[in-house]
Amino acid sequence: MASQDSVARTLFVDQHDNAMAGHRGLWSDAWRRLLQNKLAMLGLVVLVVVISVASIATRVSTVERHDAHEISTAKQLGPTPGYWFGTDQLGRDNWSRTLEGVRISLQIGLGTQLVVLTLGLFFGVLAAFGGKLTDNLVMRFTDIMFSFPDLLFVILLREILFGRDIPFLNGTMLMILAIGTIAWTTIARLVRGQMLSLGERDFVMAARALGASRFRIVTAHMLPNTLGPVIVAVTFGIPTAIFAEAALSFLGLGIPAPAASLGTLVADGNRFVQVNVWNVVFPAGAIAVLMLSFTFLGDGLRDALDPRTRG
Amino acid sequence: MPRPPPHPMLAYTLRRVLWIIPVLWVIATLTFFLMQAVPGGPFTQEKERPPALERALQAKYGLDDPLWEQYGHYLVNLTQGDLGISFTGDRPVSQIVRQSGFISAQIAFLSFIVAIVAGMGLGTISALNHNKLLDYVGVLFATVGASIPNFVLAAFLSIIFGVQLGWVKLLGWGGPAEVADIFSPSAYDVSKMILPVVSLTVLPAAYIARVTRASVLEVLSQDYIRTARAKGLREFWVVMRHTMRNAMIPVLTVMGPIAAFLVSGSFIIESTFGIPGLGRESITAVQRRDYGLIMGTTLFFALVVAVANLIVDLLYAVVDPRIRYR
Repeated sequence: MASQDSVARTLFVDQHDNAMAGHRGLWSDAWRRLLQNKLAMLGLVVLVVVISVASIATRVSTVERHDAHEISTAKQLGPTPGYWFGTDQLGRDNWSRTLEGVRISLQIGLGTQLVVLTLGLFFGVLAAFGGKLTDNLVMRFTDIMFSFPDLLFVILLREILFGRDIPFLNGTMLMILAIGTIAWTTIARLVRGQMLSLGERDFVMAARALGASRFRIVTAHMLPNTLGPVIVAVTFGIPTAIFAEAALSFLGLGIPAPAASLGTLVADGNRFVQVNVWNVVFPAGAIAVLMLSFTFLGDGLRDALDPRTRG
Repeated sequence: MPRPPPHPMLAYTLRRVLWIIPVLWVIATLTFFLMQAVPGGPFTQEKERPPALERALQAKYGLDDPLWEQYGHYLVNLTQGDLGISFTGDRPVSQIVRQSGFISAQIAFLSFIVAIVAGMGLGTISALNHNKLLDYVGVLFATVGASIPNFVLAAFLSIIFGVQLGWVKLLGWGGPAEVADIFSPSAYDVSKMILPVVSLTVLPAAYIARVTRASVLEVLSQDYIRTARAKGLREFWVVMRHTMRNAMIPVLTVMGPIAAFLVSGSFIIESTFGIPGLGRESITAVQRRDYGLIMGTTLFFALVVAVANLIVDLLYAVVDPRIRYR
């Protein structure tokens, strides 16, 4: 009930939503700290630029220039005015291919974190509120999944998923499922730990004492306070997933052709690297830029959301 | 209040060691049924075999038994240390795991040592020269190193040092193939060892350097460091005894994940450099549906990661006596 909540807020400082006049809330405070972090802003700006260029490229012909799968006679070119990143062994435009690779790798990174978030929140909340036995079972299961050799798990799951005709899901989505199914353990542990420690905090006890329902306590008081560490973990999870997929694609165990992620491009280019080094340089550089940007942003978010761990 | 057990550390160690058994059991079970769910069997080929031959092959390896029976057999054999037979070449899985595992272990061990020494060294140097040139160099390495995927690094290093300069040989592994040769210098070919180890090491080293730097900076701002300096202790001892020991704790927490990372990394590095190690073995095992070898390699890797995490947890106790054992 609203009146009870406002009493609780006035009596006890609620960390996530400090409604008292003159005080900044956690989020605006964190945002201000993030704005001051130069590296994090650099990462954010680079990501916004890369994502916008990659996503509008298919619609704006001056940006995309050539179709990523268009085969021409201009094979193995270096960077030229016509082909900014050169061409590959079939005469395909590396600029378009790299943009498509960025799109697919970003889809993999973000999509995987969606799966991770869903599974991690589910198991984390289940462990925190399911009673002692459920908690034990879920957390031991989490421990075991954590010790599973992750690349081997992804390779096995990929073989299973790709061997079947699954409707509505393309190769990229299946890859997202395969990686996401093993990567959720960190979020689950984080959510459970946060939930359990928040349950002991004064503002939650106050809300409970004032008769707020269990559902309201979890959704209005506990989940928003769990969000900070989860956002940080997800930001670091994106480059990890991009890296995992790129490594698998490099081994020929990624998404099936003709779709090509950045890892596929590096692997393709590597076969003819003595003829044309640019086929490796650009996609490899793109991976490095993406990973670096997400890492900077993640570092900044961690410092901004939890001032105690500022380095 | 119940009395604490007489040897809390011993009881904790024992419980943690025994916990590895159910972990391996669940991983074995999961892998077994996942692998059976992969379409196609070890004897499925493009060309149709005569059905009689197919049946004979299935019967030879017990693949015509009901799934639960195969699973039961596997577990019973596993408790006796029998990992079964690899379908390709009819070799015992334990023999393959031992041979290729020995090569992978050398790569992982060398990389682990290099990563720790380089990472902690760099991180400490950075922290001790906070906001000076050396610090910036260290931070630059740590940031760039953490964002270059190891297969990209392997590819570039191969081009530069293997192809262009011709300083190193590219294919295979230069370490000894047999455990018996471990002390004979003639079994080593260092030029074949440098690139795989460097490619695998840079990322974990960069990561350790970041953590070490942050951790040393944190400790250096503590009161007890000021006290140690104030009482006239030489700077060398302030760093070695008071700073490093306390700064180790956050570094130790990342050792478990780094062991797991080295396992994943070995898949990539071994495939890139054509090293006949366990990582490459397990990828081909999945592709060939070599059930016995899939199980064997998965269990071995899981055991390595579990033991690494166990050692890390036990080391906490040595470094940080404040940690209690529940």
